[in-house]
Amino acid sequence: MIVADKKPIEEIIEEIKNHEKILILGCNECVTVCEAGGKKEVGVLASALRMYFLNQGREVKIDEKTLERQCDHEYLEEIRDVMDQYDAVVSLACGVGVQFMAEKYHTTPIYPGVNTCFLGVTEKRGLWTERCQACGECILARTGGICPVSRCAKRILNGPCGGSTNGKCEINKELDCAWQLIIDRLKALNKLDDYEKLSPLKDWSTERSGGPRKVVREDVQE
Amino acid sequence: MQYPSNIKIIFVPCTGKVDVLHILRAFEKGADGVYVVGCMEGDCHFISGNFRARKRVEQTQKILDTIGIGGERAQMYNLSSGEGPRFAQFAIEMNERIRKLGPNPIKLVRKKAA
Repeated sequence: MIVADKKPIEEIIEEIKNHEKILILGCNECVTVCEAGGKKEVGVLASALRMYFLNQGREVKIDEKTLERQCDHEYLEEIRDVMDQYDAVVSLACGVGVQFMAEKYHTTPIYPGVNTCFLGVTEKRGLWTERCQACGECILARTGGICPVSRCAKRILNGPCGGSTNGKCEINKELDCAWQLIIDRLKALNKLDDYEKLSPLKDWSTERSGGPRKVVREDVQE
Repeated sequence: MQYPSNIKIIFVPCTGKVDVLHILRAFEKGADGVYVVGCMEGDCHFISGNFRARKRVEQTQKILDTIGIGGERAQMYNLSSGEGPRFAQFAIEMNERIRKLGPNPIKLVRKKAA
């Protein structure tokens, strides 16, 4: 899922302080799971903002709504009828949702309520860690299901480097060396021979360095 | 056993049920202070309910400080179910704390506007 973290309330207040009618818009997908932008977080933020403005002597209209998703037309259309009631929206969706909202409702300012961090997993409640950088050319088949692009600080494809000590990375003693994990996994899979095969040069044009990307699937287009 | 009559008790099955949102909504509705009374730490029937409550009270305190309401208006206390006098003592303590702080500021703003 896309992992996000809550923005400090002070930062959100600074962005929206000149507005009078604000919609706090949550998302029921990834940001709900990582407890940054779901229905509950919408309720907490809206309540805090209402009290803040009231304490400043201003009765600011702050409403709450949470959509199934903010990255699909049909869900964003659900608020078209009510959008004219607001002069600003704080979206607690990831950066994707915020941008799609802004594309769809271009006369209303949309402010982000979370910092979008990475593609990751819930290791346990309150601990999310990165697993994928969406490089566009998956090599997990060759690396025992452990991604050196997202989990090695140097993103090297034939590792480990000299900075790997006792299974940990040189940038942080608590960080597992991705290549040590890969070797251990290949050993467990009895596929250590795969480790001897050198990875060819990776086509990084499918990664962000090739500019904004798109997936076109004519077979499913209408 | 006597405790101040201005305290409204809301029963929950376990303090682990109490969320940041519940405490904030109480303040939004005009409560001057909110305190959560849980079982002794380590004695939770549901293992960690009272620890969760303490964390949520702490989160609420931070939010209340940020928005100018004052984090000290929310507190967490612990006692065992047989400690009636201690319950009364917490109530008196909380009552005194909130009286010193004065009414919830947003209640004053609302009154002025009315």
